[in-house]
Amino acid sequence: MAELTDLTVAEAAAKIAAGEISAEEYGAAWRAAAAADELNAYLWTAEHAESLEPDWNGDGESAPAGEGEATPYGSNAPAPAESGPLAGVPIAIKDIFTTQGIPTTAGSRILEGYRPPYTATAVRKLTAAGAHVLGKTNMDEFAMGSSNENSGYGPVLNPWDRGRVPGGSSGGSAAAVAGGLAPAALGTDTGGSIRQPASLCGIVGLKPTYGAISRFGMIAFASSLDQCGPFTRDVTDAALLLGVMQGMDQLDSTSVGIEGGIELPTREDLAGLRFGVPRELGEATLDAGVRAVFEATVARIEELGGQIVEITLPHAEHGISAYYVLAPAEASSNLARFDGVRYGLREAGDADLVEMYETTRSVGFGPEVKRRIMLGTYALSSGYYDAYYGQAQKVRTRIAQDFDAAFADVDFVITPTSPSVAFELGAKTDDPLAMYMNDFFTVPMSLAGIPAIALPAGLAAPEDGGDGAPRLPVGFQIAAPAFAEQKLLEAAHALEGALGFEAAAGDAIPWKGGARHA
Amino acid sequence: MPEELEAVIGLEIHVQLATRTKMFCGCELSFGDEPNVHTCPICLAHPGVLPVPNEEAVRYALKIGMALGCEIAPRSIFHRKNYFYPDNPKAYQISQYDIPICGEGKLGDIRITRAHLEEDAAKTIHVGESGRIHGSAASLVDFNRGGTPLVEIVTEPDLRGAAEAAEWARLLRETVRQLGVSDVNMEEGSLRVDANVSVRPAGSTELGVKTELKNMNSFRFLQRGIEAELERQRELIGAEGTVEQETLHFDPASGDLTSLRSKEEAHDYRYFPEPDLVAIAPTEAMLQEARDSLPELPAARTARYEAELGLDEAQARLLAGDPDQAAYFEAVVAAVGEAAEPRVVANWVTGDLTAALRAADDAERPAVQPLADLIGAVASKQVSHAGGKQVLAILVADGDADVAAVIEREGLAQMGGDDGELAGIVAAAIEADPAAAEQIRSGNGKAIGAIVGAVMRETKGRADGGEVNRLIREQLGL
Amino acid sequence: MIDREQVLHVARLARLRLDEAEVETIAGELSGILEHVDRIRGLDLEGVEPTSHVVHLENVLRADQPWQSMPPAVALANAPEPFDGAFRVPSPQADAD
Repeated sequence: MAELTDLTVAEAAAKIAAGEISAEEYGAAWRAAAAADELNAYLWTAEHAESLEPDWNGDGESAPAGEGEATPYGSNAPAPAESGPLAGVPIAIKDIFTTQGIPTTAGSRILEGYRPPYTATAVRKLTAAGAHVLGKTNMDEFAMGSSNENSGYGPVLNPWDRGRVPGGSSGGSAAAVAGGLAPAALGTDTGGSIRQPASLCGIVGLKPTYGAISRFGMIAFASSLDQCGPFTRDVTDAALLLGVMQGMDQLDSTSVGIEGGIELPTREDLAGLRFGVPRELGEATLDAGVRAVFEATVARIEELGGQIVEITLPHAEHGISAYYVLAPAEASSNLARFDGVRYGLREAGDADLVEMYETTRSVGFGPEVKRRIMLGTYALSSGYYDAYYGQAQKVRTRIAQDFDAAFADVDFVITPTSPSVAFELGAKTDDPLAMYMNDFFTVPMSLAGIPAIALPAGLAAPEDGGDGAPRLPVGFQIAAPAFAEQKLLEAAHALEGALGFEAAAGDAIPWKGGARHA
Repeated sequence: MPEELEAVIGLEIHVQLATRTKMFCGCELSFGDEPNVHTCPICLAHPGVLPVPNEEAVRYALKIGMALGCEIAPRSIFHRKNYFYPDNPKAYQISQYDIPICGEGKLGDIRITRAHLEEDAAKTIHVGESGRIHGSAASLVDFNRGGTPLVEIVTEPDLRGAAEAAEWARLLRETVRQLGVSDVNMEEGSLRVDANVSVRPAGSTELGVKTELKNMNSFRFLQRGIEAELERQRELIGAEGTVEQETLHFDPASGDLTSLRSKEEAHDYRYFPEPDLVAIAPTEAMLQEARDSLPELPAARTARYEAELGLDEAQARLLAGDPDQAAYFEAVVAAVGEAAEPRVVANWVTGDLTAALRAADDAERPAVQPLADLIGAVASKQVSHAGGKQVLAILVADGDADVAAVIEREGLAQMGGDDGELAGIVAAAIEADPAAAEQIRSGNGKAIGAIVGAVMRETKGRADGGEVNRLIREQLGL
Repeated sequence: MIDREQVLHVARLARLRLDEAEVETIAGELSGILEHVDRIRGLDLEGVEPTSHVVHLENVLRADQPWQSMPPAVALANAPEPFDGAFRVPSPQADAD
């Protein structure tokens, strides 16, 4: 029999439910794998905790339940349910989700030692379905970054090549799944923070429609863009986790849920489906290897019966500009609460109030966070609002209209996920704008609020590598209209089967023992 | 001679809504509890939390808007107002900015600019250096009040004096109180009135530089604060100085106004639409529900009393300001029917009855029918006004007493002219005071009072004053 | 282009303290980013509705039902300086002194 950690989540959950494998042994195997983290993927793991039971008020008593209404905290969160579709399955959680009693930092020193008094809705839904919190994963500070080098707790290493970045901001979650340190993980995506690291780590990453999953308990970066989603080895597991987590939440007024829920995808062909390729892709800057994998994937779609159609997204090229006004503006406001008054770091507490504020925030935040707070504050400040924020909101409208027009003609829009494969640690840290360009293909979908999935589609040699450098994974992105997740997952499932990435990459895949033991 | 400077005053009123829970979370509202016992991750602004608006607060805001005759916005949104302060845990206040839920309206003669929903700040208590080994003076923050729903009402600068401003603020308080949406207690801070004050040459239509007055926690202080500021501005301009735009803090103890030094960047709040909330677009059902729940408000009731019942404005306002008294008054008017004018009923209710209740240690009002019977009896001269007041005292002690029986038992039935009894008493009184009689004859009309008084004493108030007068003159041959 | 004074002004608004080197670096970085962003300022978007939100919901409201608040010990568990059931901070009044 294969190792327990070779099973996908859906396979393991089925075997646990059928009594074929023991939930205890399965959980223990993953806790041991997580504890052997050499990628700096985890900031906290269950293995190192004395108890997973969150302590409500320090006296060992459990929390009171609310008076009938939905409350942000409860007596059983996040203790896992005995049964459910994920019974016995441990899942790694990006450290941006609050977990009651479990340290939660969002990758920032300003939250070092913070233990939230409540658990995020997405995590509660997982635990209510029987899942366990395996650990909290490293990330770019407050989800600001595309390489995970902006973490206050050190960078995460790419399991395919430890000299390279895993992508960001959910780099820890992506590396944990790709590196065989977790069967699945939660991430968040504001401008590409699930899809880009999934692409760089050779796994599946799904950003659902804005509003599909509650944002309650997801530490906010850019509230109008943030959305949570799964990292998994395959499309079926992504569907399984999305199905558990989606839904309207009384604690999030912007949550909607997916009507009819999500079923596990079964489709094997793409007959009758139309895939739009943006005409603008021709002029886009991307690695030759990435372009080759994209073109090969397009050919595979046609072989499966899919039809390739040229579309146009004329405003997508302005996505980065609009995004880097809107997201920092919202972030500057969202991160203002880290002021040293109620929780987290306080510096210069003996000085006057303004000095306490300024010292706390200057010591607690890293350079990228400060840069974006500055950018966002500037964009909202008196005299600049209309020129920057207002204009960016209008570009956002145009980008959404471009997608609406495209989807009148096609079922999906396809692009590469990232312009390059994983780059070397430190390669782009001195050039913020170059770093931001990593989000070129993922940002437009975020602005439009539509779902998109990143699939591993092949391998390519890095352009910054020498001769004989190992080939690295290349992602393929499929976007669909709002709330068309079921259709998106069905198409991704069919394409995944035809691409056969796992078989093609073979032993190079880290979770199969490739790079992990290298 | 310096030109006359006219006062130009606008008010900004914060009303704490008397909902059960806070604006954006389920923590209960409280007053005077131990610190931080009404908090949760949301109102403490823990990372990751989101606001969800209280539907009752929205309902209350609609009621206030309708009571003030405001246009209700078909679609309004929330904004974030960004500033750092320990009592502002998110470092932004969720408020409404360019599209408030209630737009232009009017209360009395004063135009309302807008009324919008927002959340209250927490409470910061300055504690000096107590308990701290190092460092500067400290404050303690209590988040119990933080997040209480507020409606902020802003008027146009239509008020022209301190007394008028205080009078209008009272009308506003009474209006909001009668809606049942707030305790409107100025001392406890559930009603807070700030004033924007400026002066300008009389007749000018331009606005002068205004100052904002805060912390006037009673109507008396509101009036005194504005008076003091108007005087300061007039003196300043009289001395060829200029008024500077600033915020002034009123000290009720000394009556002084002190400037709150504003921080240089304090005015850049970087408003932007709150992405965590969706729009409020009142449905026809929400509007109808708010409309249906509106009581008749003081301003409308005053107007109705003037137009339909013929009361003068002061009396109408006096009755309309107290909904219990107004209801009682209307019931008595109905019971009296044609027997007496509403104006007469109003005189009884606001005059003799109020005095009688006060004299009886704030006793309960008598039942409606006995008072109506009494007013009818006085109007038809079955009992004199003075006799009526005696009956009223008995009614106040025994609210269900039978008026006719009381008049009979107490012998208060008015003395008529037919049986000659009253004429006899008048004749005796003239005879007993010849000096007064002589003065009356020689044209001193005032002297008649002495004889009338004597007759009244003799009749224990049962005589009608007009009839006594007539008889005296008749008997003196005038 | 964003100059030194603007950087300092924005830092004050954001309650960040930057040392001299950071002011220079950030002025340069922000200028570079804004130069890129400035391309959208030239787009003719007259009459286009701004999007603050892709969710087209309205009137998502909560019933006025109280829930149990946190025990004060929990409320203060993460406080840097709890004191007497409250959060102690340097006095804002000291700023005006």
